[in-house]
Amino acid sequence: MNFLARFGAYALSGCLPVALVLSTDGPPRTGPGGHFSPAGFPNLLLRSHEGKEVRFYDDLLKGKVVVLHFFYTRCDGVCPQTVENLLEVQRILGERVGRDVFLHSISLKPDEDPPERLAAYAKEVGAGPGWLFLTGEVDVVERLRRGLGFVDPDPEVDKDKSQHVGMVLFGNEARQSWVACPGGSSPALMAEQILWMVPEPEERAGGGGPTDPDRTPILPGGKTK
Amino acid sequence: MVSKRKGESFRRSKKGLAPGAADGLGRRDLLKMGLLATGGYLVARKGTSSPLILVRRRDDFPPSPPTTPWAVALPMQQVAQNVALNPAPAEFPVQGEAPRAPHQKWSQFLPQKTYELVAAETTHVFHPDLPAPSTVWSFNGMIPGPLIKANYGEPIVVRFRNSLPTVAQHVGPGRPEISIHLHNGHTASESDGNPADFYATPFFKDNHYPNVLAGFASTHQPNGDPNEALSSLWYHDHRFDFTAPNVYKGLAGMYSLFDNLDTGNELTGLQLPSGAFDVPLFFADKLFQANGQVFFDTFNFDGLLGDKDTVNGKIQPYFNVARRKYRFRMLNGGPSRFYEFFLSNGLPFIHISNDGNLLPAPITKESLRISVAERIDAIVDFSNCSIGEEIILQNRLEQENGRGPTGHLLDPDEAREVLKFVVTSDADDFSEVPATLRTLPTINPNGAAATRTWRFERTNGQWAINGKFFNPNEIRATPKLNTSEIWILKNNSGGWSHPIHIHLEEFRVQKINNQDPQGTLVSRKDVIELGPNTEVKLFMQFRDWLGKYPMHCHNTVHEDHQMMLRWDVIP
Ligand SMILES: [Cu+2]
Repeated sequence: MNFLARFGAYALSGCLPVALVLSTDGPPRTGPGGHFSPAGFPNLLLRSHEGKEVRFYDDLLKGKVVVLHFFYTRCDGVCPQTVENLLEVQRILGERVGRDVFLHSISLKPDEDPPERLAAYAKEVGAGPGWLFLTGEVDVVERLRRGLGFVDPDPEVDKDKSQHVGMVLFGNEARQSWVACPGGSSPALMAEQILWMVPEPEERAGGGGPTDPDRTPILPGGKTK
Repeated sequence: MVSKRKGESFRRSKKGLAPGAADGLGRRDLLKMGLLATGGYLVARKGTSSPLILVRRRDDFPPSPPTTPWAVALPMQQVAQNVALNPAPAEFPVQGEAPRAPHQKWSQFLPQKTYELVAAETTHVFHPDLPAPSTVWSFNGMIPGPLIKANYGEPIVVRFRNSLPTVAQHVGPGRPEISIHLHNGHTASESDGNPADFYATPFFKDNHYPNVLAGFASTHQPNGDPNEALSSLWYHDHRFDFTAPNVYKGLAGMYSLFDNLDTGNELTGLQLPSGAFDVPLFFADKLFQANGQVFFDTFNFDGLLGDKDTVNGKIQPYFNVARRKYRFRMLNGGPSRFYEFFLSNGLPFIHISNDGNLLPAPITKESLRISVAERIDAIVDFSNCSIGEEIILQNRLEQENGRGPTGHLLDPDEAREVLKFVVTSDADDFSEVPATLRTLPTINPNGAAATRTWRFERTNGQWAINGKFFNPNEIRATPKLNTSEIWILKNNSGGWSHPIHIHLEEFRVQKINNQDPQGTLVSRKDVIELGPNTEVKLFMQFRDWLGKYPMHCHNTVHEDHQMMLRWDVIP
């Protein structure tokens, strides 16, 4: 399967040196270690399983509450569990996915995962609206992976995609608030954590108020686990 | 499984590379050519067939703005003052208080003193050379927060009020919801600052600290075991998922506890250096942005290191000392750095206390190793120094990232210089270094009701304990009240160090890698540095209080990524 053929001009544009792409983006984009600053993300080009070109910042993050992780469709390690958990999160959050919360799964193996394959995968697992599976030029995916901290400090481990970082990042772009949890975490808890990021209409002056010490999380259609 | 070599299927050696990205051109060249954004990452590539790779290297970090060492005096921590609370604290939550379970044994330990610590967004000057004051989250406007001085037999209530911005107002790392834990306090669950019991502004919570000896309601009724007395504690936020940024932004302070041996008076009891010569030192490394604001990297799941060492809220301060003995209560306030302290003139440390628990006898050491959240109390005797002598407190432990120390000690000339002592005067010294300090409590490991094994793991960059992640609703162990257990902690996660902290009661190390503990490990501790390929066997007790408590890694970045579990003491 020829990646360049599938992506055409888009692939070529993705070959722009990363430094150039970033330097045209204005304010500093990174913190230490090349990590992105939550104050400004690069607007790199990706392609969704729906075949659409999307900009990382403008289309995927800006003004949104986002759940984001890296995976690949042929992963037989952590990905199946993470995706299963995210499906449960999607079920718990119901129609809020696509309205209040957006899920982004970015392929670590863009050469193996063109949009068509991602589309088939999305259908197979039962991902609903508001959940995008994304691929892109390999340098772009690598830049996103590093910028978002999905990196192992051991270069040998980092090279081995079967050991890729299985965290799920979630955040509120406008609030510059980001947290990650393990993809194998409880989906009910994950849904609760994600909702922390969503500005609630019922949000009190305190922004959520105190928690009940012996609470069980009450989630729309959710179960406690 | 070995991945396909990066770029193999793309053959883009001829196109798309920045001119400056050719082999052999360094960051400076790229900057000169205007090709590198200001972010401080390095664009490099390996061989002509591979794509651009952004390499993380220590020297890539945009450094904090320069600051002149030894320009600021070490601040003495201000002591919290007893104030009347309105409404008065009570067994059940009062008006304005966040929900909580009723205080256990309230009427037995009615507070004799009350304090109010207000968490708020304020500014703080870490160093006058920084271009602007830094926005911080502080208690009563102080970094670190006010020093609480407490006495055994004198129960207190500390009202921790949240006056931080609302969640909706707040932008940036951290979350303005708090749950304040008194680290090593023998504290009832509802006052323990459980990670899940956080509250937002304008609520407060009254934490009840009875300052009572462990065993008071079990093995040593009615007053507890005097050998269980604690001395150097600290309080900090414990809001789950956000502890690292919240504490990094300033929500922490220290707590000294006195009894009839460790009296706070060098004419009585053990006659340890006291008053102005009993100096708490809060160590915290930080990174600053060019504008002087603290920088917290949210896209780092491994651990954060700063390039500026602060002590009591100042970068590289100096401290004028007299020619006499001092007691330093040293706290590693995190988030992820470990220290091994040396004095530049070779002066020894007289190690008297581990994690706030006096040792059976002092141990003289050339260096002090402190992992995150550990405390060491040490006496330093400057009496043989000459007036004008300058002594640097050096950290010689090499650490490059959140994994923990590399295992290598830096040479003295490569050390991080943290604090400078300047010997400036003479002063009376009535203090002693007693031959014995506090006897270790008698324990009976053979009477342990259960043995539990906990593996601290890392798979696919995820922090786990026995393969599971923190869930505040999942109870992973239920020791029965007033029993003891053996807990075995294992770390096989190649190369990573985890400072593990267990709430409620300090433990006793029985074995470390199947060897008997030696030296200062023969002590009561509440944090164990669980290094790579290490196994420790701990004797644990669950006395006097019921309810939920956590065990977690105190590299707070690991903790926030769910290397934590809940256990409950049940009737
Ligand atoms: Cu850890």
